[in-house]
Amino acid sequence: MTSSAAISLPRPSGHSLRHLIVAETKLAYRVPVGLVLGVFIPVLLLVIFGVSPGFKRPINPHTTITFMTAYVPVLMALTLALIGLVSLPIPLVMHRERKYLRRLSATPVAPRWLLAAQVAVNLVLAVVAMGLIVGGAVLFFGVQAPADVGGFLLAAVLATASLFSLGLFVAAISPSPPVAGVLGTALLYPLLYFAGLWVPRQNMSAGLRHVGDFTPLGSAVQSLLNSLQGSFPPTHALVVMAVWAIVMTLAAVRFFRWE
Amino acid sequence: MGDECERSDCVVDVQHLHKAYGSTVAVDDVSFTVNKAEIFGVIGPNGAGKTTAVECLSGLRRPDTGSVRVFGLDPQRQRVALRQVVGVQLQEGSLPIRLKVSELVDLFASFYPHPANTDDLLELLGLTSKCRAYYGKLSGGQKQRVAIALALIGNPKVAILDELTTGLDPQARRDTWELIAGIRERGVTIVLVTHFMDEAERLCDRVMMVDRGQVVALDTPTAFAEHYGGGSHLSFRPTHPFNDALLITLPEVSGIEHVGDRVTVAGSGDLLGSVVHALESAGVEPVNAQLTTANLEDAFLRLTSRATVAPSEEASR
Repeated sequence: MTSSAAISLPRPSGHSLRHLIVAETKLAYRVPVGLVLGVFIPVLLLVIFGVSPGFKRPINPHTTITFMTAYVPVLMALTLALIGLVSLPIPLVMHRERKYLRRLSATPVAPRWLLAAQVAVNLVLAVVAMGLIVGGAVLFFGVQAPADVGGFLLAAVLATASLFSLGLFVAAISPSPPVAGVLGTALLYPLLYFAGLWVPRQNMSAGLRHVGDFTPLGSAVQSLLNSLQGSFPPTHALVVMAVWAIVMTLAAVRFFRWE
Repeated sequence: MGDECERSDCVVDVQHLHKAYGSTVAVDDVSFTVNKAEIFGVIGPNGAGKTTAVECLSGLRRPDTGSVRVFGLDPQRQRVALRQVVGVQLQEGSLPIRLKVSELVDLFASFYPHPANTDDLLELLGLTSKCRAYYGKLSGGQKQRVAIALALIGNPKVAILDELTTGLDPQARRDTWELIAGIRERGVTIVLVTHFMDEAERLCDRVMMVDRGQVVALDTPTAFAEHYGGGSHLSFRPTHPFNDALLITLPEVSGIEHVGDRVTVAGSGDLLGSVVHALESAGVEPVNAQLTTANLEDAFLRLTSRATVAPSEEASR
């Protein structure tokens, strides 16, 4: 085995990963699904809501929370849903269908690194979009800056983790891009409903809100709104997001097919 | 190591390879070795198990039983080390259409510790003018050349090329053959899966034919054609009638047939020389002589048309 000893060099790990991230970034720019759906649309909605006079009113007579404030977490949830359930899984499933993952597995680089690159690119998109939403709302539309920054960041991280792992699970079980599209959309609408995109959570019946508490975006919106207003997110909401993140990651790992 | 691979120039050693998908046996007890800087062809009908067999070499498939060693490396256990010395061209397109040629080549170069010079490689493959084009916008032949470039970018010691020239026009095929021959000149060992017999005949030092998952024959293209192609036929018009015994006694001749005033002699080896010599000594002159020699395609067709084929002695050579 002298020959194998001579060629068992350390793999150029960081180098390859960086190149994979650059390539996936170029693809995300050239096929701007995540940019348009996950960044542009939520920010556009923020501006539309911001200039609508109705959004300066309280969401109901029992509270001082304005529609504008209530919708900041909802728009963050929208961003996470569109990036996590559409922008993240679709390219992965397309890569698999085109046998690109298989081609990569014939190189010294494991195809899971492409998965890591795809997660990294979408993470950047999500952070940029959420930053624009919170920053824009605070700077231009009179929303108070998050009072509990730690709780806000923790809620944002857990919400991102739960939606991204759900997206990876969609990528894992979808045999083709159309199936991934249908599955992602089928999850998108109920999740966004419970997040309060159409009816703010505060205006939902107690029963509906209770169901929403067990969805990743329902608890995300609750946690983000709480910390926006100065109280640390409720433990049950953080636990719900963490459980979704862990279970979906394990399921994605269990079911992911490379070809 | 298998007993077949004791010579120092043996780089690929496959012994008793077996692979089934469910109840379908794809590869059934296949053994072969490939020498350094050899172009080794794998031929056989569609679904014969060619691709499965070579995918066990590159580690893309895990053999059920049997041993596979490439430069002494186990494709399953020494994953990274093996992939650093084996370059692969897959049957399908398998690359993102919205990446440019230069981006793909740079990306794949980053996967290997000692990559080839990307500019030189693009030049060698005639892709320099296309390096800023999207992969998805390339013609079939250009895509094929990109696939070859990516198989060679890591400076592999073994290149496994599956359906090298499928979809290429005749000129591009000939250019690609020249390219592959040139790469072998640099000491790279090439395993070539093909269903073009002219390609195997032109390029390969040895050809292995696989059918129904088994090795049917393994030999040089010339010997292969001779053994399995039905031999040569010499057809001519004799200036004088002659006794068949004159030729039938020759070791090279296996049969004689008269059609009209023409005679067709079947046989092998130096058929032309021995027949002409024998005729001359009897004062007979062959007029309008035509020699047809079996090629690899004849051998292929004869071998695949048989209902059941027992592996020949050559197969285990």
